[in-house]
Amino acid sequence: MKLSRALPLLASLCAATIVFAQTDTRPPIKIGFMVPLSGGNAQNGRDILNGFLMYLDEIGYRAGGRRIDLLVEDDEAIPAVGLTKARKLVERDEVHVMAGALLSSTGYALAPYITSMKIPMVYPVVSADDLTQRRRSEWIVRTGWSGSQPNHAFGEYAYQKLGIRSVVTIALDYAFGWESVGGFERTFVAQGGRIRQKLWVPLSVHDFAPYLAQIPRDVDAVYALLLGRAALQFMRQYQEFGLKGRVRLIGGGTTTDEHVLPFMGEEAVGTITALHYSAALDTPANKAFAESYRMRYKKVPSYYSESMYTGGKWLIAAINAIDGRVEDRQALVDALRRAKPTDLPRGPIELDEYGNPIENVYIRRVERVNGQLQNTVIDTFPRVSQFWTFDPARYLSEPLYAR
Amino acid sequence: MAERSAPRAWRTPGLVLLAVVLLASPPFLSAYWVGLLTQVVILGILAMSLDLLIGYTGLPSLGHAGFFGVAAYGVGVLSTTYHAGVWASVTGGLLTGTLLAALFGLIVSHVRDVYFLMITMALGMVLWGLSFRWIPVTGGDNGISGIPRLEGLVGLPVSGPVPFYYVALAVFAVCGGLMMLLVRSPFGLTLQGIREQEPRMRSLGFNTWLHSYLSYVGAGLFASIAGIMWAYYNGFVSPTYLDLTASSELFLMVTLGGPSTLVGPVIGAAAIVILKNVMSAYTARWLLILGIIYIVTILWAPQGLWNLGGRSKAE
Repeated sequence: MKLSRALPLLASLCAATIVFAQTDTRPPIKIGFMVPLSGGNAQNGRDILNGFLMYLDEIGYRAGGRRIDLLVEDDEAIPAVGLTKARKLVERDEVHVMAGALLSSTGYALAPYITSMKIPMVYPVVSADDLTQRRRSEWIVRTGWSGSQPNHAFGEYAYQKLGIRSVVTIALDYAFGWESVGGFERTFVAQGGRIRQKLWVPLSVHDFAPYLAQIPRDVDAVYALLLGRAALQFMRQYQEFGLKGRVRLIGGGTTTDEHVLPFMGEEAVGTITALHYSAALDTPANKAFAESYRMRYKKVPSYYSESMYTGGKWLIAAINAIDGRVEDRQALVDALRRAKPTDLPRGPIELDEYGNPIENVYIRRVERVNGQLQNTVIDTFPRVSQFWTFDPARYLSEPLYAR
Repeated sequence: MAERSAPRAWRTPGLVLLAVVLLASPPFLSAYWVGLLTQVVILGILAMSLDLLIGYTGLPSLGHAGFFGVAAYGVGVLSTTYHAGVWASVTGGLLTGTLLAALFGLIVSHVRDVYFLMITMALGMVLWGLSFRWIPVTGGDNGISGIPRLEGLVGLPVSGPVPFYYVALAVFAVCGGLMMLLVRSPFGLTLQGIREQEPRMRSLGFNTWLHSYLSYVGAGLFASIAGIMWAYYNGFVSPTYLDLTASSELFLMVTLGGPSTLVGPVIGAAAIVILKNVMSAYTARWLLILGIIYIVTILWAPQGLWNLGGRSKAE
């Protein structure tokens, strides 16, 4: 081999070593992550974490030419604990960016701290409307959804496409319930529909009999917003009370989300709900995601699982966009706001200027396919904003949805 | 009192060590550890206040976090909704918590033992329900956030975790000292008499109802002080401050550390705060470990850590 021919090869080898040496001398990117991993919300928290771990494995824990260190903490679904863990991650572990939280209460408790420390944070699940509306923070980027968002679309759909004119709502009695029902009511009533009655059940509800007994049999539909154990109990009792088949059941997406759907039976079939995701969504990106999630964790991904897969993809896209220079927090949060990751399981999404995603809302009907219950997508509202079709400024001047 | 005379030689050095750690270590610690120490001293005040009831008067309360939470809500509502100044907020929080204790005391002071436990638990649940459902005032599940920082408000030239810690430590020292005086006073001795033999105290002419009532109100007062500090430390209040979990964890702090010692509950608070935070960083099974520690303590130190090595009451 002549020297003249070998020289470019050698040079490029040297260059490669230098580049490699450079990338490896940079310390790892530290991502702080917290969800409830103990207590009643542990399963949902675990799903969120699973989605994130799966994505980080896919990219080999590397982004922007740097290694990724993931620090996981359990916030116990208690806001004060969440804040303590956030302090630990930021002040002791010196993480560059944070992600996580499940409950709105934790989300609100963290926000002032996140803002004061100027730490970019991704909220993959927390759906409290005001976090990206009246009390938004420039350091918080929500890649999930706001509670009323799919319900604005669903209110119109229920009136126009399902032909429903009168509804009784039954929902969990806290902010998530109020905002979901509020969103549904707003557009449904604007169309000419009527909410006959609103039933609120405590989070600790064990028996739906006193509530189901109050539902008049001549309404067109019951709108249910529940999750976890309450959703399972409700579905069973709805059938036992002879309401199934007589009064249509519709509701918020969590009522039939895949975190409870596999534990339901025939009683759930036919329920129509709205959410920004369904594990049965028929796109190549979602099929690939759902398949590998099922292989890895031996269960169907819930919307919680998808949330931090997409959230993770979002975060990594932002880190890549600034070549891993995460020490520049302002640049990172700007990149987070501009990021446009593609091939997401839930479909295309982008952030509005308030930090909330504009994304598809899927109308799903529970069906039994190959012996398994699934949320079959029967209609899609593309690119739904948290403000629906309303003017943001006017929307924000009105009060938040309450009971 | 015979049990007092049992020599526990390690107690004095232990106390000195505790004082030195609390006083001198923060400037050398990271902000995170200063934060944990702040939690220890604030929850220490709270645990000591419960010790007045459990350890000295013999009244096991499972609703004590209620006063802590109500005072915190007092501060939260006054300083955010009404934009009250720091002293107005503090006074407001203190009054809400203490007056509530004075009111509840009327209901609970005539019952003992398990009945006391049940009624205080029920009242605690009522307060929790109120914080959760009285949405216009408490913000419901989302709580109230945006409580201003305390350091600037009380006129300290510097802010940050360390100055706040020393404010909390000063409050802790004053409260601890007052409670120490209280339990050593003739009044405090009466409380211990009620704990040991209430019928005899009554036959000696003591109004045991009034004494129990006053100890309940006093405990409520100190719990309110802790609640105020907690509200300023976290910058928000939420219903989890006063739920049953909070009350039972508090109960554990007292029993783990050693009731009727005042120092013991502080050790208990420190042990629980530090164990929880340190262990959960390393393992997801930290609850299991904490459970094992509780069981081991019950088996090996049934009177609590601070009473270790002494003769038990039964002897």
